[in-house]
Amino acid sequence: MTKTKAEHNQANMENPEENLKLVLVGHVDHGKSTLIGRLLYDTDSLPEGKIEEIKSICDALGKEMEFGYVMDNLEEERDQGITIDTAQIFFKTQKREYTIIDAPGHVEFVRNMITGASQAEAAILLVDAQEGVQEQTRRHSYILSMLGLKQIIVVMNKMDLVGYSKERFDEVLSELTPFLSGIGIDPGYVIPLSAKEGDMVANRGDNMPWYDGLTVLEALDTFEPSKSDLEKPMRFAVQDIYKHDKRIIAGRVEAGVLHVGDEITVLPSGERSTIQSIEEFGKDDVQAAVAGKATGIVTKDKLFVDRGDIITAPDAAPKVTDTFKAHIFWMSKDPLAKGERIIFKCSTQQAVCSVEEFTKVLDSSTLEKLEGREEIRNREVADVLIKTDKPLVLENFNEVPELGRFVLERLNTCAGGIITEV
Amino acid sequence: MDPKIETAQDFETPQGMDHLDQLESKSIFIIREAYKQFKNIAMLWSIGKDSSCLLWLVRKAFYGKIPFPVMHIDTGYKFPEMIEWRDKYAKEWGLNLIVSRNEEAIASGMSNESKLACCTALKTDALKMAIEKYKFRALLLGIRRDEHGVRAKERVFSPRNQDFKWDYKNQPPELWDQYKAKAEEQEHIRVHPLLHWTELDIWLYIQRENIPTIPLYFAIQGKRFRSIGCKCCCGPIDSDATTIEEVIEELKTTKQGERAGRAQDKEEVNAMQKLRSLGYM
Repeated sequence: MTKTKAEHNQANMENPEENLKLVLVGHVDHGKSTLIGRLLYDTDSLPEGKIEEIKSICDALGKEMEFGYVMDNLEEERDQGITIDTAQIFFKTQKREYTIIDAPGHVEFVRNMITGASQAEAAILLVDAQEGVQEQTRRHSYILSMLGLKQIIVVMNKMDLVGYSKERFDEVLSELTPFLSGIGIDPGYVIPLSAKEGDMVANRGDNMPWYDGLTVLEALDTFEPSKSDLEKPMRFAVQDIYKHDKRIIAGRVEAGVLHVGDEITVLPSGERSTIQSIEEFGKDDVQAAVAGKATGIVTKDKLFVDRGDIITAPDAAPKVTDTFKAHIFWMSKDPLAKGERIIFKCSTQQAVCSVEEFTKVLDSSTLEKLEGREEIRNREVADVLIKTDKPLVLENFNEVPELGRFVLERLNTCAGGIITEV
Repeated sequence: MDPKIETAQDFETPQGMDHLDQLESKSIFIIREAYKQFKNIAMLWSIGKDSSCLLWLVRKAFYGKIPFPVMHIDTGYKFPEMIEWRDKYAKEWGLNLIVSRNEEAIASGMSNESKLACCTALKTDALKMAIEKYKFRALLLGIRRDEHGVRAKERVFSPRNQDFKWDYKNQPPELWDQYKAKAEEQEHIRVHPLLHWTELDIWLYIQRENIPTIPLYFAIQGKRFRSIGCKCCCGPIDSDATTIEEVIEELKTTKQGERAGRAQDKEEVNAMQKLRSLGYM
């Protein structure tokens, strides 16, 4: 069934309040900006006058009309034809609203790609049907895998340039699939398309009768926004202490649900008390706070609590440790050597740490193992053993992601990492 | 199995947060991070809807006792209603209000200057002078990603050097709510707690929270302001929306850009990019 623009623009969506954050990744020039322009155009989501503005810019540059300019707002981007940074734009389908996070494909901008992708709930990985799998295809896939993104659509773009050939589609797929499964990615959908001509984005078009799967919009509408798991044991990360008329412990519920009257343990100290009240400005008698809530609590007993402490349910407390196994992605020109001291930040916790052991270092674009390495360099990934200078409250990323992911920082963030074994 | 589930039955079954709750919590977390990392901080309040929402969130974050100044950059060309509104709520909410004006530029009269030069002198330079005077290391601003393509490229914690330059090509990564905690000697950090909100979110939140909003946003004789700033550079849009509910309805169907009435964005191609690279908000 072909959907028209008008159908997509109807005011009565299934879930008008729902928003799903979507990141587009892939190698430079594989057509991310063009696909975004196409998505906005086909769903009638462009502001009035935008198409005319882009046409006039393209005319002035003596270029063909290019959807990519919808996203590329900076002069330099238009000149170079690459997307420099993570931008956000919205479109609507019959089901819900989407926020698109465009992540730059150029190798220099992997810091921006990871910034964008870390905020996403679903991803579209673009592969150029003509060029096939390239360096950033592999690196970006790897980052999606590390970030724990599960809802992934692979699109094979520029099918118009390969004569809409099923043989070429299958050929590229046979290269891509083993690679993706090797890093633990199982794409929900693989869709052949032409963002430029509009095939298989909102409309099926007439060029690929051999493909009987979903269009991009149909596939997206099968995804679900991420929900915090309220059934996990409670974790509350302390951000600050405010001494007003009461002593309020300000922080965020990272997992589970916090209730007035709950018994709690403060980690790492192990002190115990009970939640006396949950404090919200302008509200009395707040009884519960759920995962994701930034709030404040008052405890029955006066505790020695400070930023970085984790308040937990006593019967299902996480581990307190200073040594753990992790997976890191390095994003700085200056390498990190074994034993070098660097800042570790996880939730509101901060410590100084060092890598005790580089178990395995890989090139993130080829996944080739780099032998005998005692350091990690720009855009490499590694399995490491980390030791911190004080005990921290940590969990495995696949159990409680909020306490299982961290950054390493010098003056700026240099690496993202996930804990594989506490 | 998990005793927590049993306890939960004593209360109403807790629901996950809705969209506005999630936006609010993320913003409050960012505001508290900014204050924890940089004690010498201020928030910018333009009296417009976004920074008024930000002010509301800052009051919530600190239980009504904001531990830093709230600063208004007064260009001398603001709507008189804005100044009255500012002073009324500054008093009512007990704000530590700082008003910063580039008196020299205001006295010289900016009428012959280009809009780029005018905005730079009256807003950007006034802000520079205030930062210099009060030695602020961080500023909270109510900008949003969906407002303008260039603002979409911002980080939540975004450093500016002493010349106010924004090096958008060289921004550090920002992931999992871990923000840049250190400013170099001559830097200040712009903190953007509303970056993830949309214009519609702002109005839905104003409605839910009943946030006092300056009447310029509501239609009189078929015209209202969708974005406010200096009187001379703001055009009203055609609208019959006289209440928050009607504004929300209008936004759900409009195809006009939010800043369509703001003259400084349009003077030349990439005007906003140039303004921002010079330190504009």
